[in-house]
Amino acid sequence: MFKSLLKMLGIGDEQPSGVVAKDRLKMVIIHDRTSVSPEVMKRFRADLIKVLSNYFEIDEHDMNLSLESESNSCALIASIPLRGMRGRVAKT
Amino acid sequence: MCEVMVVTSGKGGVGKTTTTANIGVGLAMRGKRVAVIDTDTGLRNLDLLLGLENRIMYDLVDVTSGRVAYKKALVRHKKFETLYLLPTSQVRDKSAVKPEQLVELVTEMRNEFDYILIDCPAGLEQGFQTAIAAADVALVVTTPEISSVRDADKIIGELGRADKETIKLIVNRIRPMMVEKGDMLNMDDINEILSLECIGQIPDDEAVVTATNRGEPVITIDSSMAGRAYRNIVARICGEAVPFMTFPREGFLARLRRLFGM
Repeated sequence: MFKSLLKMLGIGDEQPSGVVAKDRLKMVIIHDRTSVSPEVMKRFRADLIKVLSNYFEIDEHDMNLSLESESNSCALIASIPLRGMRGRVAKT
Repeated sequence: MCEVMVVTSGKGGVGKTTTTANIGVGLAMRGKRVAVIDTDTGLRNLDLLLGLENRIMYDLVDVTSGRVAYKKALVRHKKFETLYLLPTSQVRDKSAVKPEQLVELVTEMRNEFDYILIDCPAGLEQGFQTAIAAADVALVVTTPEISSVRDADKIIGELGRADKETIKLIVNRIRPMMVEKGDMLNMDDINEILSLECIGQIPDDEAVVTATNRGEPVITIDSSMAGRAYRNIVARICGEAVPFMTFPREGFLARLRRLFGM
């Protein structure tokens, strides 16, 4: 009962389910619209890391890759923190 | 000038047929000449919602196959005399009517009516393609549930591919208490995701069930919230700027009472 009292006052720890619904829906709709499944994104991420690692030392854990949509368009947004250049060019 | 509107949704059971029946009756209540066409062949229900199930002689398939003229198949509503139903077949399937056939039929009907409403079957198959083929405007019905909004998004994509540019949104079965608690997608959420012009927000209302039971669409019931929401939709279709309804909020005392189970 204490929990529901907290929830009633809007200071519960759980997110309201409507917010969860919106987040899940936004995610799934972006993938529907671009016909890119989360599985494809996972493989893309792995490939991207492989290629980038030839040139940069990247911070894999803080790397952020997402599809975002505004009313009529979708964009691939990538934020890839670098640890430092790994030499100027790898090998020629 | 006749306007042809298709009522569609993607997901089944969100209230397409109920919406078609109510808007049809609402327009007829304003004296407009209205035809409602059921294209949910094999699973027809628009006749039941309008209380016209016992008066059907011919159906859409009889018309498109050239067996009878469309005027012979139209069923006139007893109470709203400018409203006509073109029922569909209960024995054939959705491939029985081709998109070109419906376009031809609707072109012929345009001269006789102010509005033609087409009730679309659920799904993305040929029945959907047939239903949307002849429409100038698409009304997409959704509920504030993730599965239904997702399917609506898919349908909007398909409508775009079919070059349907005028698409309007109707959100059905809103439960204001749940929205207020944050436990249901609200209108801002849905607008943000689908970005369509919204012409209707219909609250979940038991009167819809009782009205359907009687074959008298809820729009005819003055005291019903859903009925009022449908009347507002009809006004917006007729070009009036009507503000959206606000739903009564649950007061603090009521909330406290509910909390203690009183």
